[in-house]
Amino acid sequence: MTVSQKTRGGRRTWGLHLVLTVVGAVMAVPLLYAVLSGFKSTDELSRNPVGLPESWVTSNYTQILGSGDFWRLIGNSTLIAVGTTVLIVAVSALSAFSFARFAFRGREALFTLFTMGLMFPFAVAALPLFLLLRSLDLLDNPLGVILPQAAFGLPMTIIILRGFFRQIPGELEEAATLDGCSSFGFFWRVLLPMARPALGTVSVLAVVTSWNNFFLPLLVFTDAQWWTLPIGVQQFQGQYSAEYAKVFAYLVLAMVPALAFYSVAERQLVGGLTAGATKG
Amino acid sequence: MTSTFLPDKRTGPGAGSPPPAAERRPPGRARRRALHWLTAAGFQLPALVLFMGLVLLPMLFALYAAFFRWGGFGMPSDYIGGENFTRLFQDEVFLGDLWRCLVLVVLSLAIQLPFALAMAVLLNQRMRGRAVYRMLFFAPYVLSEAITGILFGMIFAPDDGFADQVLGKVGLEGLGGEWFADPSTVMATVFLVMTWKYFGFHMMLYLAGLQAVPRELTEAALIDGASAWQRFRNVTLPLLAPTLRISVFLSVIGAIQLFDLVWVTTAGGPDHHSETMAVTMFQYGFKRYQVGYASAISVVMFGISLVFALAYQRFVLRRDLEGATTTMRGDGK
Repeated sequence: MTVSQKTRGGRRTWGLHLVLTVVGAVMAVPLLYAVLSGFKSTDELSRNPVGLPESWVTSNYTQILGSGDFWRLIGNSTLIAVGTTVLIVAVSALSAFSFARFAFRGREALFTLFTMGLMFPFAVAALPLFLLLRSLDLLDNPLGVILPQAAFGLPMTIIILRGFFRQIPGELEEAATLDGCSSFGFFWRVLLPMARPALGTVSVLAVVTSWNNFFLPLLVFTDAQWWTLPIGVQQFQGQYSAEYAKVFAYLVLAMVPALAFYSVAERQLVGGLTAGATKG
Repeated sequence: MTSTFLPDKRTGPGAGSPPPAAERRPPGRARRRALHWLTAAGFQLPALVLFMGLVLLPMLFALYAAFFRWGGFGMPSDYIGGENFTRLFQDEVFLGDLWRCLVLVVLSLAIQLPFALAMAVLLNQRMRGRAVYRMLFFAPYVLSEAITGILFGMIFAPDDGFADQVLGKVGLEGLGGEWFADPSTVMATVFLVMTWKYFGFHMMLYLAGLQAVPRELTEAALIDGASAWQRFRNVTLPLLAPTLRISVFLSVIGAIQLFDLVWVTTAGGPDHHSETMAVTMFQYGFKRYQVGYASAISVVMFGISLVFALAYQRFVLRRDLEGATTTMRGDGK
């Protein structure tokens, strides 16, 4: 590889960069277009859809940021994402600990049951789940989204954490036991602190999945008070369908939190996805 | 407390068999083992309750409700046998859903994944700006599918939308059109948006796989005089196979459950031409209150996922999953 790079490296890198720049442009242009359109008035957007704004209108963005509705959506999405993540990590860590450090009858059957959960798309269970939540009176209740999201996130989280817990040497557990640690004490005081990177990875996955979920909140929340960001964006677009510029500004602001989160947690996210996919 | 909870057998990787029984039994051994089992099971309890209650139980209920004519209120009582299923397989919209699912799978396997692989190979080389490209290509994956759909719904708006405007400006009006609004282009447009959003994810998987290909192997092939294509085809690709299989699997599962993107852009239209199984299920279950019929759709989706997953695991994935699910070892497969 190194030889060919030296001999005809210049020409090849040039072509390579051309391809990547074109693809990069296709990826970036829709997002940039939305940002720029948010700075136009709807009038200008229909006259001048492609170019830079003639005068930069900030009112689309500031109006949204100044409204309580937008921040309530952010608040709801955050509450649900945090609730889901805490629940998923707590429950999965206990289960993964038991899978990784105990030998017990039925262990492999149970683990297979959980891994089967990976195979089934959420959409399959959406309708019966809705009926169940309705009979439990969990509609228009954040728990109605948090609990199912946690349940569907368990398989992946358990698989990743089990793999990590297994790598921690057994001598540590023996030492902890000799020092008078119970099983739970070892789990809580030794294993969890050591597993911080893995816990970070699965938390990031859970946050992103919850934040972007659309189907479940669509079913569960009829009351606008509980809407999450994707639902709110869809409603806003329906309400202001004629005012393109406003909708673009709304879309951009709705994308910012996810992109910001990605930029700080890229390592965990990519690590988690690739680990999940290669191990699951 | 401490000694009773001490696990009597620690589990190294792959230790799936129960401890040997043919040992002399010290007094209290049975009690200790029972306690040990209870401890292990106690840790499993919360996960098991959550999973059983919210994943398995609803599915079983759907299987039950699919045999009734039922509006969704009270308990189902009007038993109609397999009528929902026979109706389903004569329903042109549902048969269309199956066909469109297949189309999306084929397009993904033929275009999206090879494209992702090509990008991964390009970005696997040492070069300036590599991290930026990688981040940019992957970024759409973290966006909500619903929000992405709304954005592209506006970009592909007929005439006024960005896509048609740009094509008009550069003299390619012929390439523009009605996009989501035209029955003959709507699926292609949906696929285009899916590719924009998801190819970066598959690229990341492939990059992780490529990084695991030992350098010595490609270098040895180079010394043996293999061309770049031969090295890729005969060294890299076989080693990447496990990653490719997982990626294909995720892609198919994604096509089976596609909902958000279609719902916010076309809601299945125009005239059902972009409807998916999940959209049809949603229409019947939540708009028309034919919950028994919608349950039958859920059951068929479940059946398709199950058959696909089992067949794929049996014939394709088995070796790859063995590391993760050590289950195969115990029962002699």
